[in-house]
This record gives sequence, C-alpha cells and structure tokens, in this order.
Amino acid sequence: MTAFVVVSVIKVFVVFGAVLGTVLFTIWLERKIVARMQSRYGPNRWGPFGLFTSLADGVKLFFKEQVSPRGIDKAAYVAAPVLALIPAFLAFAVIPFGEHVTLFGQTVTLEVTDLNVGLLWVIAMGSLAVYGVVLAGWASGSKYPLLGGIRSSAQMISYEIALSLSLVPVVVWAGTLSLREIVEAQIGTFGTIGWLPGPVQWIGHLIPKWYVVFQLPAFLLFMAAGVAETNRAPFDLPEAETELVAGYHTEYSGIKFAMFFLAEYVHIITISAVAVIMFLGGWDGPHLPFLPWMWPLMNFMGKTFTLVFLFIWLRATLPRIRYDKLMVLGWKGLIPMALGWLVVSATILTVKDAYFG
Amino acid sequence: MIDASVFLLAAALALGSGVAMVLVRNAVHAALFLVASQLALAVLFLIQGAFFIAALQIIVYAGAIMVLFVFVVMLLGVDKRESLIEPLRFQREIGVGLGVLLIVAALYLGVGTSFAVADLPDSAGPRSTEGNVEAVARELFTHWALPFEITSVLLIVAVVGTMVLAKRRLRS
Amino acid sequence: MPEGYFGDYFTFGMFAGLVVVLVGGTLLLARLVRPRVDKDEKLSTYECGVDPIGGGWTQSTVRYYIFALLFVIFDVEAVFLFPWATVFEEIGIFAFIEMMIFIAILGLGLVYAWRKKVLEWI
Repeated sequence: MTAFVVVSVIKVFVVFGAVLGTVLFTIWLERKIVARMQSRYGPNRWGPFGLFTSLADGVKLFFKEQVSPRGIDKAAYVAAPVLALIPAFLAFAVIPFGEHVTLFGQTVTLEVTDLNVGLLWVIAMGSLAVYGVVLAGWASGSKYPLLGGIRSSAQMISYEIALSLSLVPVVVWAGTLSLREIVEAQIGTFGTIGWLPGPVQWIGHLIPKWYVVFQLPAFLLFMAAGVAETNRAPFDLPEAETELVAGYHTEYSGIKFAMFFLAEYVHIITISAVAVIMFLGGWDGPHLPFLPWMWPLMNFMGKTFTLVFLFIWLRATLPRIRYDKLMVLGWKGLIPMALGWLVVSATILTVKDAYFG
Repeated sequence: MIDASVFLLAAALALGSGVAMVLVRNAVHAALFLVASQLALAVLFLIQGAFFIAALQIIVYAGAIMVLFVFVVMLLGVDKRESLIEPLRFQREIGVGLGVLLIVAALYLGVGTSFAVADLPDSAGPRSTEGNVEAVARELFTHWALPFEITSVLLIVAVVGTMVLAKRRLRS
Repeated sequence: MPEGYFGDYFTFGMFAGLVVVLVGGTLLLARLVRPRVDKDEKLSTYECGVDPIGGGWTQSTVRYYIFALLFVIFDVEAVFLFPWATVFEEIGIFAFIEMMIFIAILGLGLVYAWRKKVLEWI
C-alpha cells in the first residue's frame, strides 16, 4: 500500500515534469530549426546552444506585468488560459511511453494509468481544448480576439471530427480503445510471408507490424487534421498575424500568455505521441541487451520527436492557407475521405475474416 | 471512503453549478456553469465505473453541445446588459411547473427503486473495469440494432433542419 | 487493494489534482510577484494603435453557426463509431452491414449539405 502510494507520487511528478521539460525543449527546438532553415542562428545565449532560452523566457514572462484591458469579462478572462492548459496536460494521463520498470519491488508501467477507454479520454480532452480559445476571444472584449476566437473554434471543431474519424479504422483493426493494448498489438514483424516467391519471403522480417503499413491513408489524414487541430502552420489561421494581430490571445500578456503558448506545444506533443501509439508501433523498435527498460522509452521519444520535427518543418516551409479554403478542405476533403477510408478498411477486414480466417 | 468523498465533492459541484447557472445573468457565465455541471456529472459516472459513459459525457455534452451554446452566444455578440424581454409568455411559470414535476418524478423513481447494483458480479455489471465499452457495444449493436439505426434518421433530420434554418437566415 | 480498479483511479486523480494545483498555483504566485503600474492608456484594447471604435462584442456571420451545428451531429456519429469498432470482429458481418447503413444515411446528410451549398464559405 505505502509502496504503491510512493510509486504513484513519483510517477505523477515525473510525468508532469517530463511533459513540461519536453515542451520547453520543443519550443527551443522549433526556434533553432526554423532559424537554421532561414539561415539564421536562432537562440544561442542561454546555456549550450541556447538550450535554456525557453526556461529563461518562461521565468521572464512569470515576472512580467499583466495588463488586463478595460471592458474585459474578468472571470472568463482569467479562466481562459487555465482552461486551455489543464485539458492539454490531462490528456497525457493515459499516454503509455514505455514498458515496465521495477521500483521498490513493484512492477511499474510507464504511464500514469491505463484506462480501457484511453483513446476516448484523449479525444475528450482535445474537445475541451476549444474552450480556452473561445473564452479568450470572447472575454477580451476586443475585435481582433473575438474574430480570432470564432475562427479558431470553428476550425478546431471542424477538424476534430476528421481527427476522430481517422482513428476509427485503427480501432477496428486493434479491437480495443486501450492505448497500451493498441501498442502491444503492433509489436514485432510480419515474419516470413508465405505467399511471396521463395527467395524474397524473408523480407517480412524487416517490415514491422505497425498499423501505418496498412493504414497509411488514415495516418496521413490524422496528421493533416492534427496540424489543423493544434492551430499550426499552414493552418494557423487563429493567429494569422497579418490579418488578426495575434488572434484570440491579442489582449493577453505575462504568465497568462505563457499558458496559451504552453498549451499549444503540449497539444503538438500529444498529437505526435498519439500518432506514434496508433500508427508507428509506440515503443516497438531496436533493443540492446543492457538497460532493458530504457530502449522502449528511447524508441518512443525518438519517434515522437521525429513527428514534432515534421510539425516544425511544415511551419518553416508552407504558407498559410486562406480561411474559406481551410473550411472547404475540412468538410469536403478530410471528413469524406476519412469516412470513405473507414468503409474501405472495414470491408477489407470483413473479407479477410470471411475468406482467410 | 475515497469513493464517498469524491462522490460528495462532485455531487456538490454539479448541484452548485446547476443552481449558479440559473441565477447568473450573463449568458456566457451561465453556459460555463453548465459545462462545470456536465464535467462533475462525468466524474460521478467515473466513480460508478462507467468509463465509457463518462467519456461520452465529456465528448458530446461538454465538448460539443456546450461548445455550440457558447459559440452561439459569441456570434450574437450579446452585450453584458442583455435585455430582459422574454419572448415566450408565462415561461417562468411553465418552467417552475415543469421543474416541480421533474423533482416529483425523480423522487417517485428514487423511492420506488431499490439500488442493488453492488450485488452484481463484477464481470457482468457496468462496474467491471474490463470490457466496459465492449459490453455496451455488444448490447447496442445486437439487441438494440434497430433503435441505433433510427438514431441515424434522427441525426439526418437534424442536418436537414440546420439547412432550412440557415438558408432562411442567409437570405434575409 | 490498491492494484487494478481503485489503484488506477488513485494515480489518475492525483495527476489531475497536481495539474490543477500547479496551473492554478502558478497563476496565483505570478499575481504576487509581478509589478503593477496603472496607466490609463494601457487599458485600452488593441486596434492598430488608434483608440478602439465601438464595443468589442460584435456580431458575426451565421455560417459559423451552421458548422457548429453540423459538428455536433457528426461528433455524435463519431462516438457511435468507437464502440462499434471495438466489437467489429466479434459480431462480424452483421455489425459491418449495420454500420454501413448508418454511415450511408449520415453520408447522405453530408451530401445534402454539400449540394445545398452550405459547405461553401462564400
């Protein structure tokens, strides 16, 4: 009992700290990568390669004055950044990032908890994220934030559907909503493929059993919807600075602004982590004989940061798309495509079960 | 022990924010209190072991329907001094009457039913931790297949209704 | 006792509590340490540098409202899909046909909205 409580406390603090640390690192990574892609140096003052810049920025924002303009709705104005950040963190409660560790004689799974509706929990927290944006836009009592807030929430709810629908085919194949079980279903390779001609049958040993192999369209749909859901370039309409100044957080400063900023990056990491779990085999990957618990963790983090890099790369490369095109892409592109792919992959599975056992 | 205290906390939060929702003047604040109430309800479902219903409560009610509410209030650009003209006559009286009726119905059901849920074996009841979603789904997609299909008809009627409303407003 | 059902909750509740306390605590702590210099000019909302004209709360186009309504409808569809997906292989062909009918009917709704041109932005 005591050991369990101690382990729980450690786990909770470690996960929280790790998420916060990863976010700070991601912010630094983004500034550095975008800078290099634009032939600049990027942050290079604080710590080696400017690694502590995000931390310094956070401390600075913490001590900055908070200007709350006249005519705001005080309660909603204060609640908005909190409501943006809390669901973002809570989504991490069900993300498994490794196998097991033995601590104080207890086998500890590397995640806060394994809900059997884990995936629905992540989606639920994503659907609450829209409140921060809506409230910030409304509470500021100013025109730019209001327009930004409305735009942003319409975008987020539209792409949320595409995001959920693109995950359904994977659940159909895995038959569970528990994120840990979904990862466990993907571990290993295809092995020897019987129906190939003899000399190339071994190639199955090189192909991992990750869902991305058969669910590539779903993966692409998920990533496209995920970029829009996190309000990132090229879908960063909410804070299109050329037309909306800074969108929904125009009137925010100091620590409250920092909270919106943090929430955005937590969402990026969550989307990347979910994509890794659902499509890229989670912690599956190369193992070496020593430190058995470390390799799954390294695999998971490596894959997640690869996807985070993709987010940053997109931002440095693509121009922002027009708002009407964005809505049309969501409703006439991604949603019908996601539904269509769901039908196709359910059909494939039915035929496979009926004829191949 | 912990179950009971979490229950009391969540129930108090649900009731308190429900009352606050009725009492506050500002439409957005009222909507926010309703969201808080929905989330507290989700916690209540969670301590019953109904993970799936709790998740649905958050996704559908707090995450979709309430977003629509807040959104509409935002779109209308309601001023803080919203005029208090009530378009429906007797709406307060009707509201109070229906509320009393609801309380009577709830009390009647509550007194007349024995809550013997705890007697169910762990693997069969909704309390089972494993296969909560699967249990609901198995029932829904075998026994209740027809009501499920009728839901889709209901939803498409809603789509058509949206179109009709929107078209009329866009024209004017 | 702590394993399994109750144990999951305990860790989960603690994580939720920690997040709420730390986020709220940061906000309160920042309130104590940050400077506060009141100047009337600072309190106006931003509008390209000139004094704001009219109130901040303005009306917007009804199109947003249509998308919000459609979102609710399709969100309900999506939450039906998840439990269906978990028992898909178990129930087999019956579940398949059932859901194809469901998707077809709702797809019809999307096609209707498409043809009525409410999905266009302009």
